[in-house]
Amino acid sequence: MTFLDYAPAPESTSILNLKPSYGLFIGGEFVDGGGSSFASISPSTEKTITTVAEATEADVDRAVKAARVAYDTTWSKMSGSERGKYLFRIARIVQERTRELAVAESMDNGKPIRETRDVDIPLVAAWFFYYAGWADKLEYAGLGPNPQSLGVAAQIVPWNFPLLMLAWKIAPALAAGNTVVLKPAETTPLTALLFAEICQQAQLPAGVVNIITGAGATGAAMVAHPDINKLAFTGSTPVGRQIASTLAGTNTKVTLELGGKGANIIFDDAAIDQAIEGIISGIFFNQGHVCCAGSRLLVQENIHDDVVNRLQNRLATLRLGDPLDKNTDIGAVNSKAQLQRITELVNVGEGEGATRWSSPCAIPEKGFWFAPTVFTDVHTSHRIAREEIFGPVLSVLTFRTPEEAIAKANNSPYGLSAGIWTEKASRMLAVADKLRAGVIWANTFNKFDPASPFGGYQESGYGREGGRHGLAAYLNSSDWKAGSRS
Amino acid sequence: MTRLSVAKTYKLYIGGKFPRSESGHTYEVTTPQGAFLANASLASRKDARDAVVAARSAFPGYAGLTSYNRGQILYRIAEVLEGRRDQFVQEILESEGVGAGPAGKQVDEAIDVWVWYAGFADKYAQIVGNGNPVSGPYFNLSTPDPTGVVVAVSPQGLTGTSLLGISAVLAPIITSGNTAVVLSHFSQPRSAISFAEVLATSDVPSGVVNILTGDPAVIMPWMASHADVNALDLAGGSDGDWVAWQQAAAETLKRVVPPTTGIPGRSLDAITAFVETKTVWHTKALG
Repeated sequence: MTFLDYAPAPESTSILNLKPSYGLFIGGEFVDGGGSSFASISPSTEKTITTVAEATEADVDRAVKAARVAYDTTWSKMSGSERGKYLFRIARIVQERTRELAVAESMDNGKPIRETRDVDIPLVAAWFFYYAGWADKLEYAGLGPNPQSLGVAAQIVPWNFPLLMLAWKIAPALAAGNTVVLKPAETTPLTALLFAEICQQAQLPAGVVNIITGAGATGAAMVAHPDINKLAFTGSTPVGRQIASTLAGTNTKVTLELGGKGANIIFDDAAIDQAIEGIISGIFFNQGHVCCAGSRLLVQENIHDDVVNRLQNRLATLRLGDPLDKNTDIGAVNSKAQLQRITELVNVGEGEGATRWSSPCAIPEKGFWFAPTVFTDVHTSHRIAREEIFGPVLSVLTFRTPEEAIAKANNSPYGLSAGIWTEKASRMLAVADKLRAGVIWANTFNKFDPASPFGGYQESGYGREGGRHGLAAYLNSSDWKAGSRS
Repeated sequence: MTRLSVAKTYKLYIGGKFPRSESGHTYEVTTPQGAFLANASLASRKDARDAVVAARSAFPGYAGLTSYNRGQILYRIAEVLEGRRDQFVQEILESEGVGAGPAGKQVDEAIDVWVWYAGFADKYAQIVGNGNPVSGPYFNLSTPDPTGVVVAVSPQGLTGTSLLGISAVLAPIITSGNTAVVLSHFSQPRSAISFAEVLATSDVPSGVVNILTGDPAVIMPWMASHADVNALDLAGGSDGDWVAWQQAAAETLKRVVPPTTGIPGRSLDAITAFVETKTVWHTKALG
């Protein structure tokens, strides 16, 4: 063993008490779905964790009806302070069951336990705690003296941060007085189903939260359901386009958190060692399965070689492997399909003439893995500089002046995130002013907080999640009337 | 002997210039009784695309102005409009079949709309933005940022609203720093083009506002699918195929405000419909 070899330190799975199969959580209890069941596998072992039900169109209708009844009879009539107390309860139960949720998430998603334990699940609890306090203070949200809840919210979340995305959706919706039907991604349903149990433990009134599992067809049935008042979606830009088109001409309020191709800009006066860590957290956090990833590195030309050298040296020390091992930095790619997409785009990058470097780490035999990869000699026209790869692949481009950095950063139909690394605050603020992105991290990257609004410009979607702005996505302002403008 | 009056040629307003439609097409504008008033330019797809190019070119400069400066630009519009009040009243009397009282009231209300939004330019960010108390050593601030190029349809169909309609739709769009392509009232376009003369002789930079006279049903499908347009205000779209426009806009995920009944009222919501929230994080450290 050299000093860089660590003995295995796997987190125990004995904390989990999973059922061999799960139904749909509708009206406060688990019921059978009308479709066939399907397996949720661990992407690191390819073994089945549990099986879940596929919700049919009829199941979607049942869930929306349950949410409607709960909205009409219970949740919309309850005082804000009582609603808030349910959310505080949920936050506390999430904290109590943190380790269990972290283990389940790592198994189901493939992300390292270090991240689920230290980032995902603590943020889930924080999200519910933050919005719990809003429930009886909606008149202070900046929407007039008497803002109104919308009704039934249909919510569709992705597989990259399964429980955290659930919290981003459910916490503000419930605080504002709406009821929800939520569908987790088909590859990562586990923690949403555990969350259904948490709702039971919190004695949340039946039908306020309904969790249905399934794939694209189930989601499409939710979007097309005539009795939803709100649609919130986090996922790919192509699906976001379909949703926006389906809901054109309706009164359904829509929030879309879609793709990105974030630029991480490194000026030559930056604290380079910190910037290296920031670049890594920007694109290799969560295997690069992050819509706001800093997947385009824009580095000032005179420090290009130094930055790339240091980055490669540092990346070579990252440990890829068992997501449940506490020393693991890079976990498994979430699915075979995603691995194929990453592989395809990386091959395209090589074909287009960019220079590929991949970390020389060992790849386990079972499961889906991709070594951290850096492309240099990338041109702005290359597909790896334009398309979202959603994997641990960084494209490095250079610039000479701040103006060029801004122009290159903004040269994208997306506009979700950006990073700026410089020790000069005046330059940071001037560049931040001109970047067309919804979230800008300066001398840091990939930080999330329930108090901080998150969401994109342009084809990264619309609406904000988090903070006071995120609450507005689930309310109509006081002077809103049916058929009026906003 | 009576003097023969000099009639005005009504043209488009694109990039600070007054071109005829590149298509060569015009359409007849009449009084409600059907008497000839003017041949207005019938804007084509190409004119609309030219207008988007002008609006896009003007965007970085206009969005980069200080809020105080933008407020003064909007106020200057009100000043110049006030000075030409009689001309607008006269045009409305001829075109819209209303009496002197309602015509004067419409012009006064339009002027006041510009004053109202002028005063909001350097304040709305304080109302819709805020600092965020995140759990960590970070400075974190959310501020509004203009969405980009907005294409708007002025209220149609109604009579007695042509100047007030275009003002009520346009003012909130440019208050925050967006640039605009706006379609005038189709059958009563004269106020809109005279208003373009107000813009051209006030302090509005060229290309910030572009005005097209023509049929929304012909122009809007191109605008809805145009990849360099960020948002649509379909205020006057209710008689058109606006759902199809909204569907086409989904392809590039444009922000879309649906049609309204009547003239949109003054509101903060009208400004925030076309702004993005930008959140900036920065580390805090003593050393």
